[in-house]
Amino acid sequence: MTAPPLSLPASIASRTAKALTILTLILMLSLFVGLLVGTQRIDPVSVLNDSFTRTLFFRLRLPRVLLGLVIGSSLGISGAALQALFRNPLADPYTLGVSGGGALGASIAIALGWSARINGIPLVFVASFAGAMAAVSLVRVIARAGAVVLPGALLLSGVALNLIAGAGVLTIEYLTDPSSALRILRWLIGSLDIVGLQPIGRMLFILVPAWLALLLFARQLNLIAIDEDTAATLGVNVRRCEGIVHILCALIVGVTVAVGGAIGFVGLIVPHAVRMMFGEDLRIVLPGSLLLGAAFLILADALARTALPSGDLPVGAVTGLLGGPVFLWLLRRRQQYSAM
Amino acid sequence: MTPKSFEAKRLCYAYPKGPLVVREVSLSAAPGTMTAVIGSNGSGKSTLIRMLAGLVKPQAGQILLGGVALDQWHPQLRAREIAYVPQATATPFPFVVADLVMSGRTPHAPRFSFETALDRERTMESLETAGAAHLASRCFTSLSGGERQMVILARALAQEPRLLLLDEPSSSLDLKHRAAMIRTLSRLREERNLSVIMITHDVQLTGAFDQVVAMKCGEVVAQGAPREVLRDDILRDIYDDANVQTRQVGGQTLVWVNLV
Repeated sequence: MTAPPLSLPASIASRTAKALTILTLILMLSLFVGLLVGTQRIDPVSVLNDSFTRTLFFRLRLPRVLLGLVIGSSLGISGAALQALFRNPLADPYTLGVSGGGALGASIAIALGWSARINGIPLVFVASFAGAMAAVSLVRVIARAGAVVLPGALLLSGVALNLIAGAGVLTIEYLTDPSSALRILRWLIGSLDIVGLQPIGRMLFILVPAWLALLLFARQLNLIAIDEDTAATLGVNVRRCEGIVHILCALIVGVTVAVGGAIGFVGLIVPHAVRMMFGEDLRIVLPGSLLLGAAFLILADALARTALPSGDLPVGAVTGLLGGPVFLWLLRRRQQYSAM
Repeated sequence: MTPKSFEAKRLCYAYPKGPLVVREVSLSAAPGTMTAVIGSNGSGKSTLIRMLAGLVKPQAGQILLGGVALDQWHPQLRAREIAYVPQATATPFPFVVADLVMSGRTPHAPRFSFETALDRERTMESLETAGAAHLASRCFTSLSGGERQMVILARALAQEPRLLLLDEPSSSLDLKHRAAMIRTLSRLREERNLSVIMITHDVQLTGAFDQVVAMKCGEVVAQGAPREVLRDDILRDIYDDANVQTRQVGGQTLVWVNLV
């Protein structure tokens, strides 16, 4: 009996390089589309010549697209990390209630009028981070039975936390200003509607280090995604690694929610798409989700701006309408797996 | 590098609010020896091997690797000495088998580097040694239980350990693959001076081992060469069944249970 000649898949390094090249091209394309389309179509020549168009472009369009980039990247990478951390392909900042916790934290801070900044970091960010951190810790504690996290319990605790946080946000907004239905919607559904580039700078100040730190844990997370015990016997300090990734995800989600609200399902769909295209290795999936998350949210927002003739939809409505069905499809596929 | 001794002394463990599941267990594995741990379900075997792997901290007693307490070892250096094959690995993600086996190379790699040519070579060798080469490009989640066990064994071999801890690695394997696995382990003992500690319900297989440890209710009731431990009285005691029979045939010990 002769064994067939054995060939291994291409090396991780070359697969990573290929994936990141393709995804960078997709991101550049989406930036181009995002900057071009909207209720007001902007052509590059009039940005140079016409002062009205220039103001529109630099005060509204560019900030909105860049915010999409920053928030999309954040949701993508934190979704990929949370899925690995909980070994659950249905986990993401939204389904685990982390976004909800962050939104509640942020709205409490706003209701109390905490507009101050400490060393340039808005207190709203801090409150949102605290809310996100509380949510992710709670979900973990509730879903943990003995040494294992139960996948079903994890998602159900996420649902419950989201409901509680949503009700909390509603109550707070209602108490502070009963007429501001729009602001409530913004928090609960998520929107990229901002003016000027300043908030983005403040976000990047925190987000870029957090993204990089998360990427440094790619290999450890990859082992944890396979099996916690195996990771531990391969030399990974599992408790420490999980703790740090928790904090980083809460930080990333907290900051994005404080500005954009709880935008759903981006962190769910994007890592799945990257996996389907380029495989399971977290050294590809983490940076890949960063890039594809940005591209996805920019395009979703471009769609939100152009779908209705009457004006802008909040981007969260688009991601929800696209992502909800994907979630259900994944849930069904997963049940088929576990039935085997 | 010189082979390292591995020794566990008077280990005890109890789960929170529970009785002791491992009680004063001592055992040692000299380099190049194979040890089988047998015992009925719930006799503390898995907890014991998880302690030996450094996954669970014993509440009393100590584990020494090369004369140094196991928890004093740097995790990455420890991972170059000891590999662990759990009962089952259930990842929800469809990892490619070759990548999963390659993850066994982690303890030998600097933190921020991709795999080297040597890593790829060792991965291929391990897949072949474990008899899983034909599965290299398959998805781990699409494999049967037995195929998964062979892949996980390959992953542990890619780690190039000096001590291999296995928790019922043959439970899902058919007759042919069980025998093949024991032959592979024996060969690695000869070629690489590998030590093996393996939990098994397959008492028949333990004839090929140097040492058999019989456990009952968390305690070691017999320990020694297979011939000394695989006796009617000892096996009847640990399995609590008077119908267990053994017989020596051609240098092997046959073990069976009378059903009628």
